[in-house]
Amino acid sequence: MKNFMTFAAVNAEGSTDGGGAAILLPNVWEILVVAVGFAILLFVVIKFVVPMFEKTYAERSAAIEGGIAKAEAAQAEATATLEEYKQQLVDARTEANRIREEARAEGAQILADLKEKAASESARITEQAHAAIAAERQAAVVSLRTEVGTLATTLAGRIVGESLNDDERSSRVVDRFLADLESQQGQNAGAAQ
Amino acid sequence: MIALTLPLEGGPFTPPSVESHLPALFSIGSFEFTKQMLLVLLSVALISWFFIAAARKGQLVPGKLQFLGEMGYGFVRNSVAKDIIGGKDFVKFVPFLFAIFFFILVNNIYGAIPILQLPSFSHVGGAYFMAAMVFVTWIAVGIKRNGIRYLKLAVVPSGVPLPLLFLVVPIEIISNFIVRPMTHSLRLFATMLAGHLIVMLAGEGIRFLVEQDNVALKGVSLLVLIGAIAMYALEALIMVLQAYVFVLLTAIYIEGALHADSH
Repeated sequence: MKNFMTFAAVNAEGSTDGGGAAILLPNVWEILVVAVGFAILLFVVIKFVVPMFEKTYAERSAAIEGGIAKAEAAQAEATATLEEYKQQLVDARTEANRIREEARAEGAQILADLKEKAASESARITEQAHAAIAAERQAAVVSLRTEVGTLATTLAGRIVGESLNDDERSSRVVDRFLADLESQQGQNAGAAQ
Repeated sequence: MIALTLPLEGGPFTPPSVESHLPALFSIGSFEFTKQMLLVLLSVALISWFFIAAARKGQLVPGKLQFLGEMGYGFVRNSVAKDIIGGKDFVKFVPFLFAIFFFILVNNIYGAIPILQLPSFSHVGGAYFMAAMVFVTWIAVGIKRNGIRYLKLAVVPSGVPLPLLFLVVPIEIISNFIVRPMTHSLRLFATMLAGHLIVMLAGEGIRFLVEQDNVALKGVSLLVLIGAIAMYALEALIMVLQAYVFVLLTAIYIEGALHADSH
């Protein structure tokens, strides 16, 4: 060390510009102090400062990533729910349409049924009326036939009973017969009512 | 010129020189404890205290102090270590680069603080030590990563024809192993010394002019003051810049050593 310092001094004096180069020669004690100082600082930095900052950085990025993941999950959930609601809406609409269609079809069916029923009823009633008319007609024909026979027989008997030549008589007989017939007819009508 | 011919009060002006140091604070044998040493040790305490205080709470949402600390730490970590060294390797070098940057920064800034007013690296010993330490570090990193082959990789560039190698290899040896550490240390030392000298010279000059009887000479001191303030601002910028340049070059050297085979 002493040699070094001597060298420095000699060099400084030997230089042409009066010690200018001497400033490039270090003071060994200064080197030592800077070395020790820097060593202490490096130790503190390695041991405390950097680990503390790195820990904070790691925690912060973890928190941010966690927050992002959470937000993404919430977003996905919201989207899923929205999809579900949309699906439900579509389902409900389809269901409503189906029900409406069914109701319409059912209504049409009922209407057709009623129409058919009414038609068949009217046909039945007409049929019955026809049958009744036919039966009454039959009965009338039968009773008319009987009565016409009886009447004809009665009339013929009466005519025969009187003198067939006597025009006056015969016309009387006919008149009487017709009167009888009329009264008989009136009785029949009363009985029918 | 006119000023120089006027009679001067208190003899001719003697500018402060590189030899004008304050006396040692105390001494033990040949060890003289100087102001510069006190400032170096103070910087260690200041940096340690500040960053431990800033980092201790480790809140996810930082307060003012923590934010400031993180800004400083993040600058070295991301803008220097990560951007230059990159990859996964950079994390290992963050403490080293961080300590270098703030150690040099605080020791430089001393030069801009009244009363302290002494950038520690205007004394060449500290600058030599820092550069030597970086020199040893990047060579060690290179050998550890690439084996002893690294010494060849560092001086023989790939893709150079053989005849040219006779020229290139000596240049590379000189540039990497001699010029590099020298410039690394002297750049820091010289800028700090020059800044310190300019501030001291301006201060001395102002004092000298103000002490003159001649009113015109007293007035000239104002011009010196204006110039000194401008130089002071420039020096403050250079102090920060040199700390950045030093740590940036350190990172570049380490990166070069790590990826020697791709250079």
